[in-house]
Amino acid sequence: MMTTATPPSPAAETSPKRHMDIRIETRSRTGDEPATRPAPVIQMEDVSCWYGDFRAIRDISLDIRTNAITALIGPSGCGKSTLLRAINRMNDLVPGARLTGKVLYHGEDLYGPRVDAVEVRRRIGMVFQKPNPFPKSIYDNVAFGPRVNGVRGDMDELVESSLRRAALWDEVKDKLKQSGMALSGGQQQRLCIARAIAVEPDVILMDEPCSALDPRATLQIEELMIELKENYTIIIVTHNMQQAARASEETVFLTMGEERAGFMVEKGPTSEIFTNPKNQLTEDYVSGRFG
Amino acid sequence: MTSSAVAAQVRRASLQRTGVDVRSAVFQGLLALCLLFSLTVLVVLLVDVLLRGLPVFAARGADFLTSEVVSQPDRAGVVQGIQGSVLVVLIVAVTAIPIGLMTAIYLEEYAPDNRLTRFISVNIRNLAGVPSIVYGLLGLALFVGTFRGLGIGTGGNGRIVLAGGLTMATLVLPIMIITASEALRAVPNAIREAGYGVGASKWQVTRKLVLPSAVPGILTGVVLSLSRALGETAPLILAGAVLGSYSSGDKDFVEQLFGAYTALPMVIFGWTKESAPEFRELAAAGIIVLLAVTLLANAVAVYFRNRFERSW
Ligand SMILES: Nc1ncnc2c1ncn2[C@@H]1O[C@H](COP(=O)(O)OP(=O)(O)OP(=O)(O)O)[C@@H](O)[C@H]1O
Ligand SMILES: [Mg+2]
Repeated sequence: MMTTATPPSPAAETSPKRHMDIRIETRSRTGDEPATRPAPVIQMEDVSCWYGDFRAIRDISLDIRTNAITALIGPSGCGKSTLLRAINRMNDLVPGARLTGKVLYHGEDLYGPRVDAVEVRRRIGMVFQKPNPFPKSIYDNVAFGPRVNGVRGDMDELVESSLRRAALWDEVKDKLKQSGMALSGGQQQRLCIARAIAVEPDVILMDEPCSALDPRATLQIEELMIELKENYTIIIVTHNMQQAARASEETVFLTMGEERAGFMVEKGPTSEIFTNPKNQLTEDYVSGRFG
Repeated sequence: MTSSAVAAQVRRASLQRTGVDVRSAVFQGLLALCLLFSLTVLVVLLVDVLLRGLPVFAARGADFLTSEVVSQPDRAGVVQGIQGSVLVVLIVAVTAIPIGLMTAIYLEEYAPDNRLTRFISVNIRNLAGVPSIVYGLLGLALFVGTFRGLGIGTGGNGRIVLAGGLTMATLVLPIMIITASEALRAVPNAIREAGYGVGASKWQVTRKLVLPSAVPGILTGVVLSLSRALGETAPLILAGAVLGSYSSGDKDFVEQLFGAYTALPMVIFGWTKESAPEFRELAAAGIIVLLAVTLLANAVAVYFRNRFERSW
């Protein structure tokens, strides 16, 4: 499953053989699960994240389903972004940030001693809350990732197909040389999605991708996500309950305790979280009764 | 009158300005006065220099630019000053600017944010405030001393343009580091994160995203550094530049490179100390040349800055 979901790329071919062996081993171990449940792409085991002395999330364990959309919901400051950024090692860039526990990607420990964070981020792409195109042309925005990853071949075609998949091609095909910063907010965010998928990741992390967009652009992005999940695994942070309900299969609800460390309250199929939550905290939050 | 008519009248009255806002007017006047003052000083200086210097060019034309710094006022020129200043600027451009830029990149992008890094940053700021004569002393001890030790220079005295240029380079290095650091710090972190997010390495993010965005600010640092290197006089007095008239004779370029040197501000300074009134005019003409060289160097940097101007 996994090997067909990830299109071959030069980087994958050059990555050490070690990865492959471990992957196969992992799959055979999880092979006795029911066939309808493919092995999770991401598994977190007792993950805690600290910023200096402050613990932002506490002991989170969860599995992320392959080729599905998982929504992370919870009050502001409960650690949704922190959790998301722990998955592609983006928090490494924050001075003083540290993590305990395990984050497994196809069974491989992402924080293992010999893991290359750069390769992790290529395979696990990210779309940020605020659209952040590079101060470059639309074309170069999309081509940047493949170029730095040493992708050879028809760049024009790759740029076009990425922009098409991000539902932006028709709007920008005549102005590919124009600055990406000159687009509208919604177009910029779709450009960022095109940029993320141009490097053929396997998981896409989205941190409130629609918070700066109008309802129309929001729906466009949601439709796009639903199309993309055929080939990608998507994890999205959102404050918009309708969005979580509309677009996701699985929902994870986080909240924070007294010492402000975020923890996971429950996780389950989206329909269950919204209609029949097991925990009172979840029910209060999804029904808008949260303080 | 109905109450709504009263309300309308009150509203209109309050919307219409009554009287003048005295404080605002006074403040605005004060600001304009300050601007006027600085402009006046500048214009007076410039007019004075032009009035006294231009006749020299009118009388002698390009001859002033190509003659040596000799003691007869009617034959003296600034050719060695121009050569020296251009060489000093070139030496600064190839040493202080790349070293300063790379230091800034290291401090801003690579160094861990710890006490040592902060200590170093603060002290680079302090160095930028050290009086230039102190750099002259350093240049005398370090560069002139080294070249003397190596037996380079007229009679092996170590007083060569390389010593002067390197002294100037140490002088402008802190300025270059500070302005480049500020330019790098002004690049939004979102751009770096976006780069890392598509699997770029630290070097790729720095080289392909951060540096291009910081170019305008970095070139501002280049302008400041080069202007400073062209204008400073005190360090060169100590670092071995000739003060007063001398002849380079028919030495070729390489011989001049390792022989006695001077720079435009030194020539000007030398002439202002002479008693004969003709030298005042020569000094004014020399200042015009110095201004022209400085403007030219800055124009090149500004040209590049405008070409790279970006917005985000
Ligand atoms: N770089 C950082 N340095 C220090 N503390 C941080 C940093 N980033 C986040 N935090 C803290 O970690 C906690 C969780 O932050 P996080 O951004 O993950 O919350 P969030 O759930 O994404 O909130 P929001 O919904 O408002 O985006 C907060 O208390 C925040 O103050
Ligand atoms: Mg957040």
